Amino acid sequence: MAILFTRLRPGLAALTAVLVLAFAPPARADLHIDITRGQVEPIPIAVTPLLGSGAAEAQMGQNIARVVSADLERSGLFRPIEPGAFIQNPAALQGLPRFADWRLLHTQGLVTGAVSREADGRLRVEFRLWDVVVEQQLTGLAFFASTDTWRRVAHKIADAIYKRITGEEGYFDTRIVYIAETGPATARVKRLAIMDQDGERHKFLTDGRTLVLTPRFSSSDQEITYLSYYGGKPRVYLFNIETGQHDVLGDFPGMTFAPRFSPDGNTVIMSLSTGSASNIYTLDLRSRRQAQLTTGPSIDTSPSYSPDGRRVVFESDRGGTQQLYVMNADGSGIQRISFGPGRFGGPVWSPRGDLIAYTRLLNGQFAIGVIRPDGTGERVLVESHHAEGPTWAPNGRVLMYFKETSSADGRGRVARLYSINLGGGNERRVPTPVDGSDPAWSPLIP
Amino acid sequence: MYVKLLSLFAAVVLVAACETAPKETSAASGIGRAGLNSGGTVTGTGSVRPGSQEDLASLGGQGTGDRVFFQYDRSDLTPEGRATLDRQAAWLKQYGQVTVTIEGHTDERGTREYNIGLGNRRATAVRNYLSALGVDGNRVAIISYGKERPSVLGDDDHSWAQNRRGVTVVN
Repeated sequence: MAILFTRLRPGLAALTAVLVLAFAPPARADLHIDITRGQVEPIPIAVTPLLGSGAAEAQMGQNIARVVSADLERSGLFRPIEPGAFIQNPAALQGLPRFADWRLLHTQGLVTGAVSREADGRLRVEFRLWDVVVEQQLTGLAFFASTDTWRRVAHKIADAIYKRITGEEGYFDTRIVYIAETGPATARVKRLAIMDQDGERHKFLTDGRTLVLTPRFSSSDQEITYLSYYGGKPRVYLFNIETGQHDVLGDFPGMTFAPRFSPDGNTVIMSLSTGSASNIYTLDLRSRRQAQLTTGPSIDTSPSYSPDGRRVVFESDRGGTQQLYVMNADGSGIQRISFGPGRFGGPVWSPRGDLIAYTRLLNGQFAIGVIRPDGTGERVLVESHHAEGPTWAPNGRVLMYFKETSSADGRGRVARLYSINLGGGNERRVPTPVDGSDPAWSPLIP
Repeated sequence: MYVKLLSLFAAVVLVAACETAPKETSAASGIGRAGLNSGGTVTGTGSVRPGSQEDLASLGGQGTGDRVFFQYDRSDLTPEGRATLDRQAAWLKQYGQVTVTIEGHTDERGTREYNIGLGNRRATAVRNYLSALGVDGNRVAIISYGKERPSVLGDDDHSWAQNRRGVTVVN
């Protein structure tokens, strides 16, 4: 039995240990999804309730199975089997499953597990993923966690299953920061809000008295940079999730907006307006040194770093209309990359580095698309009356964005968050308690 | 447990921070100042206080003397816009104690961040024009709201045209 012992940073995560459970040597199996293909047939999978050592643990085991199943279903890559059809109960599944019985349900994957209580009060949550066709365990892990982190345990299990089946990192143990919207369109109240990627554990971070826009996560998942109109002065701010502290970023002689972190989290890149121009600047968060990257009378904005931190994509109207440009991180070597019809804005570099997502306007219609950093391979994923603001899941395989439509009475606007797979399929509404816009996906939580 | 206590502590700090967030005026929130005909005080039936927002708005037909309109994705002033600003400049000279903030706005047909830059361009164009007419730059602040504060709602050219505006707001 291989044992992996990982101590995570206290305060960030209460999952203090991960144990790899090997039932048999990991085997080559045919249970695999190639997610680089456009549309894939979802893999049938049975996520059984985790066996509890007592009543409370049994309830926890059911809850965890439900969250795992929902995560996998929402990915569009899995089709969970209806639990009512399950043949073996959790207790009977603690040994080797009766694979022939599960094959009758036409499932390919089977998830089993158990929840028990450690002497120190922590939960021990273990799960195993089985390939029902070749009758082998594909992966198995045990987590030790405080009771209140059970949702994160469930998301980590879903991530492990996703990774074992697709070969790609998962994205379920992540959060979304976004702008929660209420009130009439002409006097919209906007608040910073944060939630898990499945919409759970929702929390408002500001009270709505100040207009706030465009939040973005740092690479540590602990800080957010955003635009606030506090005091009637639109400026880029830094918000520390752990301490609740808001700080204005830098000492700039005018409006700053469109902030994003560098991949190492040490720099924030943003636009500064001077006169009628908006140019791109950086602020080193440690030395507080400010640097100007672009010059000229144009509107240069929405800068986004490549994952290696060496290049920046941004939009500019220097050529007449909004188009995408790539430059080196010091501002040199500016090259235009978008040449298709329409206006291109809001570029965001994929965490994988291979693609840049953008918002396009053409003939009064919005679209979300992707393009390679060299300007080839432009491809639209979503066309809509109003769709805007893509953000990448940390594995670079899923995008989230928002759509606006007229409200049913025609007198207001409805803003909703959606996700879509990079292949273009599986568009899903992301639930929010009120209207939502400007989503930003966190990195995988450490 | 140590880890659990820490995360609980963080949550408490967050709530406390929300409750003690600094107070701000309505001007700071941007709500109520960017709308049509906001500000100003009516002192009696049909009477408008000189030097007020309403007074400024009444310089033009339909109470739009406080604003100029722009073409799609443009920030250059139209002949009508220049005429409006000529009247505003004379008014500002008449009420020398008044300071104003120029709000730059766009319609919703654009990405959020570009529109913030475009609103800044429009507000700057208004300020530069007033300044050229001799209005002291220290009396004129600017702010861009991008597409955040439409004055009217609608998916048609007429609505969009009303939202692409620079509004002179009496502080």
